[in-house]
Amino acid sequence: MQSGYVLLATIAVPLFVAIVLLAVPSKQVNMVRYLSVATGFALFGLSLYAFFAYQVDSGEQYQFEMQWAWIENVAFLGEDGITLHLGIDGIGAPMVLLTGIVAFAGTLISWKIEYRNKDYFILYFLLVAGVFGVFVSLDLFFWFFFYELAVLPMYLLIGVWGASSKFPTFARTKEYSALKLTMVLVGASVLIFVGIFVVFVEADTGTFDLVALYSVEYDENFQKIVFPLFLIGCGVLAGLWPFHTWSPDGHVAAPTAVSMLHAGVLMKLGAFGIIRLGMQLLPEGAEFWMPMLITLGTINVVYGAISAMAQTDFKYMVGYSSVSHMGYVLMGLATMNAVGVNGAVLQMFSHGVMTALMFAMVGVLYDQAHTRDMAAFGGLVKRMPHFVAFFAIAGLASLGLPGLSGFVAEFNVFLGVFQTYPALGGLAVLGAAITAVYILRMMARAFFGEENERWSGENALKDMSRFEYVGGAILIAFIILMGVFPSPFVDRISETVLQIPGVA
Amino acid sequence: MPSELNLDYSLLTPEFCLAGLAAIILGLDLFAPQVRKEWLPYITALGLVGVLGVSLGWLDVESDFAGIIYVDDYTTFFRVFFTATAAVVALMSAQFVRDRLKNNGEYYALLVLSVIGAVYMAASRELLTAYISLELLSFSLYVLVSFARMDPKSNEGGMKYMLLGAFASALLLYGLSLIYGSAGTTYYSDIATAYSGSTESFDLGLLMGMVLLLAGLGFKVAAVPFHMWTPDAYEGAPLPITAYLSATSKIAGFALLLRLFTGAFMPVLDDWQWMVAALAALTMVLGNLVALQQTNVKRLLAYSSIGQVGYMLMAIAALSAATASALLLHMAGYVVTNLAAFTCIIAWYNLTGKDDIADMRGMAERAPVLAAVLTGALFSLSGMPLFAGFFTKFILFQAVASEGFIWLTVIAVVMSFVSLYYYLMVIKELYISQPDEEGRLQVPAMASGLAVALMVGVFYVGIYPRPLFEIAEEATNILFV
Repeated sequence: MQSGYVLLATIAVPLFVAIVLLAVPSKQVNMVRYLSVATGFALFGLSLYAFFAYQVDSGEQYQFEMQWAWIENVAFLGEDGITLHLGIDGIGAPMVLLTGIVAFAGTLISWKIEYRNKDYFILYFLLVAGVFGVFVSLDLFFWFFFYELAVLPMYLLIGVWGASSKFPTFARTKEYSALKLTMVLVGASVLIFVGIFVVFVEADTGTFDLVALYSVEYDENFQKIVFPLFLIGCGVLAGLWPFHTWSPDGHVAAPTAVSMLHAGVLMKLGAFGIIRLGMQLLPEGAEFWMPMLITLGTINVVYGAISAMAQTDFKYMVGYSSVSHMGYVLMGLATMNAVGVNGAVLQMFSHGVMTALMFAMVGVLYDQAHTRDMAAFGGLVKRMPHFVAFFAIAGLASLGLPGLSGFVAEFNVFLGVFQTYPALGGLAVLGAAITAVYILRMMARAFFGEENERWSGENALKDMSRFEYVGGAILIAFIILMGVFPSPFVDRISETVLQIPGVA
Repeated sequence: MPSELNLDYSLLTPEFCLAGLAAIILGLDLFAPQVRKEWLPYITALGLVGVLGVSLGWLDVESDFAGIIYVDDYTTFFRVFFTATAAVVALMSAQFVRDRLKNNGEYYALLVLSVIGAVYMAASRELLTAYISLELLSFSLYVLVSFARMDPKSNEGGMKYMLLGAFASALLLYGLSLIYGSAGTTYYSDIATAYSGSTESFDLGLLMGMVLLLAGLGFKVAAVPFHMWTPDAYEGAPLPITAYLSATSKIAGFALLLRLFTGAFMPVLDDWQWMVAALAALTMVLGNLVALQQTNVKRLLAYSSIGQVGYMLMAIAALSAATASALLLHMAGYVVTNLAAFTCIIAWYNLTGKDDIADMRGMAERAPVLAAVLTGALFSLSGMPLFAGFFTKFILFQAVASEGFIWLTVIAVVMSFVSLYYYLMVIKELYISQPDEEGRLQVPAMASGLAVALMVGVFYVGIYPRPLFEIAEEATNILFV
């Protein structure tokens, strides 16, 4: 049975738990933890259900649909006005699953947080509710509502629980990074805000319902003018070059689970927004602007990879590699052909789990060693074999090793790009090659080779804790699942991708 | 002017009650000094809530007193609005006024009297009555702002406010006289009739009148460039009065503007629309940009409220039934949010005696409830979801955009983004900076209870705004018949 209440629950449960947590005394550190992990598990279960109960070939574009009247027939709002309209298509389904996985893994990884952990989890669940909300909303008002909700808690999450970075020549305080991330993302949403206003005025249907707005024919020039608002507005959250610099700074400063969620899931909101508000709403505008997006996406891939290669800090490396990998998503979308867009969505999922795993592993190391300088480590494999194995899987997935998720996704993107823009295909592959260089070099230096004396005796590094183990294992399970058995994903995505106007 | 005067005094019952309440408060202060300090705020609040109940008796009534005071849903909306606001302000004044001010009786009596002025600003449909009501509100406020007699800042603020206010009143009166000269009447409906027939393209008297009128009213609502008094008055006034200034004084100005412009000046829309649009744009930009520089939380909120006035002026510029209801909705959300913020600031000031932003560092450790509510209120003011601000701004901006003022909306959205920066700077002190002193502060249950109650209101408007929005629409319908 498909019921919209499943999707509603993904939003309502975290919000409800956030309220419950308000009432828990802040001294009950353990109670907060158990409650949070239980919630994470429940969300994981809900999202698994939503993903696997989604029926391919059902003929319905949106499944698990539900629509609650919220406000109608007031002022400029017409018959449908603003409704809580939920539903997922074949793109939303894997995104919901991704959110469930990463949110659950994040609660496990956050187990060791002690400082004001109640406040932490309240904000964490607000963030999770916002993310789920964006992926399941089919109403423009609520889409934006949840989009902003997903940005709102970031400032405090980074500012209070984050970590500052110091480098020989400069420093990045957590306050700076938190402010930068928040202001850049909210600044970008100004464009979306304006876009929503003009679309509502132009459509003149008195409703914010996306399905209704999709069926309106917009003037071609209008589409060309408004599409960039959504493209850039959402693109910034997807790490679009040259607006990407908030991402490495923000992700590095954030506490581990928040980095996982933000790089793993929130950046996907941006790409998802380009599909939902950009390509689906304004197809002719999309067609017009896609050559620009492919150019920027290619720069993302290559520039991000080169920047990642130059990093000496684990987390900055992962941060820039996210920029690079999100470039594949943007390139895939820009191809506007079925294979490429398919690959883009696959990459959204693949990068989500893989980067979450990487950030989780960096967190394991940093929490013990209190440094993320790659040069400070060596031969970690002797003391932390499981850690190295987990990190290596994430790394190999990221450089596109067959059998892991990254290969399936990137291969599709490459195919798509070669189909439409053969010249840029080469650059995309180059990006993957550079990725291989920095990942393998990092592994060779830090994980293998000479053991660094600094981490022996009293400072001996321990392998992962139980919670980190479980959290990582779940992520790995999906990396491998998608690598060897991609069809549940591909079936859902490819069916929906063909329904996007302009994609052939 | 209506042909037959309807002198039904019962229509004015709520205001008679208010005047009576003020008299009772003064009497209590005079004859029962032992109760005055402890109980006055609660008596005031209770009395105001009683008047609120009384004014609900005129729900869905449409009547007028001698053609100058109209009692309809619009008036009822503002009767409820202003009495409720004053009641909350009385409650949040309790500790502050008892500990720091003398002559408590006069304080509460003036507060109650100012409500009468505010209500009639919303209710009158005649220029002079509107003007007198405005003066009644202003005079109460002049005194209240300078109520901390021993504090030079309060004196300075009060003095500035009064001198500039008198000047603005003169401008306003001159403007009104020019309009009278041009239209030949002071009744809103007759002014509208006078202009709707005329095909004359240019009427200098009217134009000059409009300019002066906007300058005078612009002063009262603190629109740029007539805002200069605001930061000083806000900073100098006793804190609860700062809250009251940011709430009732502004909202009453808008209630008057809305009634006046819909009632009298719709036929000459083209003559004033651009002026209000320009004022709105200036006000939004300047208010929000200057707020970035502030280090004192009262001044910060003063400039932020100027920014908010800019958003509200947009609704007057793009005047239509939709923007009017959106304006009422936004004002309600704004006032609840602002009162929540001020409740926290007052409680913090009572405990620490400090009101600089930097002195609020570590509030999350020392007074977590206040910090949480204040943070929520600031997020709401910046327009973040779950809180009232997101929805009311969304609706207001969309309404303005729907009337074709996309450029204004764009400025508003950008400025709303700018505002997030200075709100975040406060939130940073609350949560990220470490406190100067250790230890929890004992926040009185009254203060935290009031703060939480107001916050619940903020969430209510943010999550389930339908009832309020529908009430706002019903209240404004009468303006557009």
